[in-house]
Amino acid sequence: MKDVIAKINDLAKQIRISTLKELNHLGFGHYGGSMSVVEILAVLYGGVMKYNPQKPNWPERDYFVMSKGHAGPALYSTLALKGFFPKDDLMTLNQNGTTLPSHPDRLRTKGVDVTTGSLGQGISIAAGIALAHKLSHRENRVFCIIGDGELNEGQCWEAFQFIAHHNLHNLTIFVDYNKKQLDGTLEEIINPFNLSNKFQAFGFDSLTIKGDDTQTIYQAIKTPRKYDERPLIVILDSIKGQGISYLENMVSNHHLRLTDEAKIELEKAIALLEDN
Amino acid sequence: MFIVENDPIEMRKVYSKFMQEFIGKNTEIIALEADLMSSMSMDSVHNMYPNNVINCGIMESHIVGLAAGLSIAGKIPFFHTFTAFASRRCFDQLFMSVDYQNNNVKIIASDAGITAVHNGGTHMSFEDMGIVRGLAHAVVLEVTDATMFRAILEQLVHLKGLYWVRTMRKNAVTIYQHGEKFSIGKAKILREGKDVTLIANGIMVAQAMIAADKLATQGINATVIDMFTLKPIDREAIIKYAKFTGKVVTCENHNIHNGLGSAVAEVLVEECPIPMRFIGIKDRYGQVGTLEFLKKEYELTADDIVKAVKSFP
Repeated sequence: MKDVIAKINDLAKQIRISTLKELNHLGFGHYGGSMSVVEILAVLYGGVMKYNPQKPNWPERDYFVMSKGHAGPALYSTLALKGFFPKDDLMTLNQNGTTLPSHPDRLRTKGVDVTTGSLGQGISIAAGIALAHKLSHRENRVFCIIGDGELNEGQCWEAFQFIAHHNLHNLTIFVDYNKKQLDGTLEEIINPFNLSNKFQAFGFDSLTIKGDDTQTIYQAIKTPRKYDERPLIVILDSIKGQGISYLENMVSNHHLRLTDEAKIELEKAIALLEDN
Repeated sequence: MFIVENDPIEMRKVYSKFMQEFIGKNTEIIALEADLMSSMSMDSVHNMYPNNVINCGIMESHIVGLAAGLSIAGKIPFFHTFTAFASRRCFDQLFMSVDYQNNNVKIIASDAGITAVHNGGTHMSFEDMGIVRGLAHAVVLEVTDATMFRAILEQLVHLKGLYWVRTMRKNAVTIYQHGEKFSIGKAKILREGKDVTLIANGIMVAQAMIAADKLATQGINATVIDMFTLKPIDREAIIKYAKFTGKVVTCENHNIHNGLGSAVAEVLVEECPIPMRFIGIKDRYGQVGTLEFLKKEYELTADDIVKAVKSFP
């Protein structure tokens, strides 16, 4: 157990460093929402999911859907670190002709199962994949990360009703509850009120875990749920820009274009992470 | 003479009968419904195959995404709802969840245009073919009668991609005999005449056939083409008969903008610009009424086609 968590934490550190470098190379991008999903990606790809980088379409693999598609850069770092494609490719993010577009595209990038970017749709697709496996009595699991701002989209709630009604126990949903959307805080834009109560009322088991608490997340999801268990939603109580104090302290950090100051601060942050 | 006779079987029964047979042969088929299962005669199939016929409730956007996910995991999803809800309501889902990422989803869009009759203007879609033909990969079809519907459904099981099949729900007018073959992307030439070409789809094919008979009594010989594939459209047939007759009238149960008339005009303006007339909805919305009333109200009758033919100088 200790070993697994140590491995996951090391992967999280590598994903964070790699994502910052990837975005810094480009000079702009979705820093805030990429940082807040680093730990959950590390838990999934470092300890829970079944996959084979040599055979991305291995039929027995688990599926991952980044419904909040703007966190693509963090997913790319994870996939590169796990060997789906060369790490050097990360430096082509958003460049002309790249295989790594701003938002994940399953036709372009090895290891990406679902194309996302228009918010609210990834969750329905994840439900479809989970339903297909359930109907065919296959053991594959499906994991989906939704943004808390993304919950503005009505389609998410259509999907939740469907998932709970059909008891898609093989689908685990994570809400990246970093409390900010592009234009401001959730409370200012659209108050989500009590998310946990909402999900329970919709027919889910819901857990709230600190977004960087890899051990608790791992323990909560490592064992597949049984047929008679309700599907699980994990609310990740995260911080936009998580793990980088410079980003965490910014008021608006959804999309950042690097100033000289930001560049220096982020390079310091990378050096600090690399030293630890 | 074209004999106007309705198919013995309703289009919805064609669909449910097909599903009943084919789910038995291929359990990867999943038929999705949006609380219109009884309207489509799918109840009994649902009872036979509860895992393959899923009534998802009234959540069209979600269902399109769900179908995309089913496709990614190897299933063959068909999704039926009314044309209005399958197009206007969930266009971004058709784009991003399905077409953009090459997912394999068949949309069966019923109650096309004025065939929504007593559901009225709110449920009448005169835009859907235009909306869907804007998707880069989509194949856009409107089936003419029961024989064609069945034949197309059989093909769709094996074809991959976004296929849009527009249809009415009740009995269509019989155009084809049992055993007729259909090739998606190839128009059906129903009669040949050198004076004018009538290009029609859906319920307008029968009207074009009646119009051709009426014109013949006046010494005007019409070619009638059933353009059941709107996209990719059969350019060859359009060019060949436009050159042969020198005049084209398009006939559709849809807005004349962005549907069949526009698609034919796009071909002709590049290949052989000739005079055209457009029979279809002219920037109006629908209303409740019987099919006969609505055909007259929206100028979709054989007489309207005859009038259009005679308006050429």
